[in-house]
Amino acid sequence: MRLLFERSVPGRRAALVPELDVPAVRFDESLMRTRVPRLPELSEVDLSRHYTELAKQTHGVNDGFYPLGSCTMKYNPHVNEEIAALAGFTDIHPLQPVETAQGCLAVMWETQRDLQEILGMDAMTLQPAAGAHGEYTGLLLVRRYLQEREETDRTKIIVPDTAHGTNPASAVMAGFTVVSVPSNAQGGVDLDALRAAVGPDTAGLMLTNPNTLGLFDPDIVEICRIVHEAGGLCYYDGANLNAIMGQARPGDMGFDCTHVNLHKTFSTPHGGGGPGSGPVGCKDFLAKYLPGPIVVRRGDAYAFSQPEASMGRVRGFYGNFLVVVRALAYLKTLGARGVSEASVNAVLNARYVLKRLENSYSIPFGDSCMHEFVIDVGPLKDETGVSAMDVAKRLLDFGIHPPTMYFPLIVHEALMVEPTETEDKTTLDEFVTAMLQILDEAHEDGEKLHGAPFDCAIGRPDEVEAARHPKLRYEFSD
Amino acid sequence: MGSYVPNTEEQREEMVATCGLSSTDDLFAVIPPEARVAHLDLPAGLSEMEVRAQMQAVADENVRFPSVFRGAGAYRHYIPAIVTSVTSKEEFVTAYTPYQAEISQGVLQSIFEYQTQICELTGMDSSNASVYDGTTAAAEAVLMCKGRTRTGVVLSGTTNPQVTAVVKTYCESRGVHVIVVPPAADLSTDVDALAAETGDDVAAVYVQSPNYYGVIEDVEAIVAVAHDHGAKVVMGFNPIALGMLRTPGEMGVDIAVGEGQPLGLPLSFGGPYLGIMCARHELMRKLPGRMVGETTDARGNRCYVLTLQAREQHIRREKASSNICSNEALCAMTASVYLAAMGPSGIRQVAESSAAHAHYLAERLAGVPGFSLRSSRPFFHEFLTECPTRADELVSALAGRGILAGLPVDDGILWCCTEMNTRSQIDALVAAVREVSAR
Repeated sequence: MRLLFERSVPGRRAALVPELDVPAVRFDESLMRTRVPRLPELSEVDLSRHYTELAKQTHGVNDGFYPLGSCTMKYNPHVNEEIAALAGFTDIHPLQPVETAQGCLAVMWETQRDLQEILGMDAMTLQPAAGAHGEYTGLLLVRRYLQEREETDRTKIIVPDTAHGTNPASAVMAGFTVVSVPSNAQGGVDLDALRAAVGPDTAGLMLTNPNTLGLFDPDIVEICRIVHEAGGLCYYDGANLNAIMGQARPGDMGFDCTHVNLHKTFSTPHGGGGPGSGPVGCKDFLAKYLPGPIVVRRGDAYAFSQPEASMGRVRGFYGNFLVVVRALAYLKTLGARGVSEASVNAVLNARYVLKRLENSYSIPFGDSCMHEFVIDVGPLKDETGVSAMDVAKRLLDFGIHPPTMYFPLIVHEALMVEPTETEDKTTLDEFVTAMLQILDEAHEDGEKLHGAPFDCAIGRPDEVEAARHPKLRYEFSD
Repeated sequence: MGSYVPNTEEQREEMVATCGLSSTDDLFAVIPPEARVAHLDLPAGLSEMEVRAQMQAVADENVRFPSVFRGAGAYRHYIPAIVTSVTSKEEFVTAYTPYQAEISQGVLQSIFEYQTQICELTGMDSSNASVYDGTTAAAEAVLMCKGRTRTGVVLSGTTNPQVTAVVKTYCESRGVHVIVVPPAADLSTDVDALAAETGDDVAAVYVQSPNYYGVIEDVEAIVAVAHDHGAKVVMGFNPIALGMLRTPGEMGVDIAVGEGQPLGLPLSFGGPYLGIMCARHELMRKLPGRMVGETTDARGNRCYVLTLQAREQHIRREKASSNICSNEALCAMTASVYLAAMGPSGIRQVAESSAAHAHYLAERLAGVPGFSLRSSRPFFHEFLTECPTRADELVSALAGRGILAGLPVDDGILWCCTEMNTRSQIDALVAAVREVSAR
């Protein structure tokens, strides 16, 4: 595909903004740029065709099944897009007087209220722009709490070995060091290892539940108790909330704070890698440290309020507001019953696919998965040479986005499958059929699968070369 | 109640049977009873028609100002129709991060194009695929400079206060101390004071130009001071200003960051916005977040992939350069389409029009008693004036006339113009200000 710059024709332009109606300004030459930026010169039809071509080479949820584990690629309802595009939301300046932005504050307040209820938390900020940003914010709550109690020798955050990579990275950004605890044979937290890991230097624990193996940890209450008794706090990574919303609440399990990914559980689109939104909820005793401002209701009016011992800001303004608008529209649609129905179907879909595949592929951590499960391609690789990568790449030929590959790290040839609740049995059966066909192909001619995909726009890219000689921008010939 | 679950009751029953369960209740048997929730106290679900009506009513509670003279970090520019149309394409909206290059060439190529455009606009060598917004871009940039012995940041007091706040948050948790140098009387950076604070332990000097007060800073002088002391320079820019003003690359800046919202993103009550981050070549591998690189596929065709992933959290975990995962990809695409639609002449026209309108307004306001400019330095499209009456009363009186006034700042008013503020709007504003302030 040609790049924008390769389509450019000197002198092409469109009349997008009017000619000057006031005198021009002349700045001193020393303030002016000396080089014209080589932006493409295109007509609207060039642009339109260019991006239509790019769209054809992009696979979204609307193009087909997208069982990308831990990413919750559920369907993104159209009505939410229409609502987020209302001029009454898009054309509002973030620094307008609050009495002229009551609708925006109402959206924020209602979303906070609903999420608090779903999470079992008492207070909330919508400022974090993504899940990792929420983790960071949640850990800063822990940091501020410990600082105020003069317990700054609590410097360690405990993270299970199945955790998302963002967990340890966020802990370090928040000024902590990371202690990794191993999983037990069932894939849960090893309680003895946890008891051995906690101590006077424990700041807290970060946990995803269900974890990245798709397993709900039956010891969850005990896990939180162990950490609390050691003087630490418990952070719930809400990335996998879709499995349990309406069934169980992090706040009731014993967690003190949590983030939730609106772009996963609450159906807002991923946009090819954002914008997301990662609101953070906490229990009352942490509320005073939240980033500010947060929305409060006073009588019939909404206002901004600064938490009394606020950590400061983690982002400009109030977060990814239009993402919050979409999430609220989704919550209004589902209501209490719909929220619970979503998690039931998310888990049922995952369990069904697991059951259909368990006699064909190795599924190492039992048959009681929640919203996702992990296939270990290791035994198949030993037998046929076909790896998780090969299976994933072959799935592309079926118009299916592959599961998450090589994660969690404790399963070396992992494929992590998360169907979500917005797929029906027919789609799941098609996926199973594709997986079984690939299994047959592996046994017939494993070598051939190293060349997959066969029917995509490009073959496997040379990633090593890309990293060795990085070419991160177009090189102009002039 | 609305629902996006397609399975019918019959399908569900079949699936429950396949799973060897008696009912879907069994799915959650593993959850200990004390952690189960019986009922959520949420409103009942609604039909699409009801949801749309409710949300429309909420949106209608906001006041849309036909005439906006407020910026301070969020700018109302014209958004060409092609921009919204392209970025509403379902493929772009509903895709995930392009991990699978074979079916993601569209989104990967668009990021590669974005990175190239940002380099052209800023004069810098390498750009990442975006971070959350301009404030977090600034924070990530100063942390990129942190070294073993250099653990301080000197930040000009002319910086947008929200940027300062976020930089302070990010630095505090990483053990980086931040010194804020108060502005000079003319609302520019006090370069002498900044030089005095820039010791051998300073990793980065942060300056924004045009600064919070609209003033165009002497960035080259600041670069000279910082580099003399072995510190790097991080510059905050407004991407529209670079349509005409000297670029960070031309001025010797090490890392350039900016709020990308003016490039085709609506005001949207503060988000989603776009954090732009770009750097000199030597710092490329220290940039956080996603980056797209060109390579070839197995058949020798040109293609694009996420690259230099060894910097990132999903590979490096606690040793990653940042924890960022989701960024603002669709906003970066928006900026890219905007820049492509505008082209080099269009972006310059928007910059010149914004500056010309702001200067016209400043000149007209200076004729109203009590609204003199606080600074005589060159400014771009924002400027601070005195305010002879109570600023909030002025704002409120103008709001009644459909005008969003400048932002009350330091007992004055920070005004902003873009190409959207026509001469007649400006004349009407000045007449209203004259009338209201004379009361």
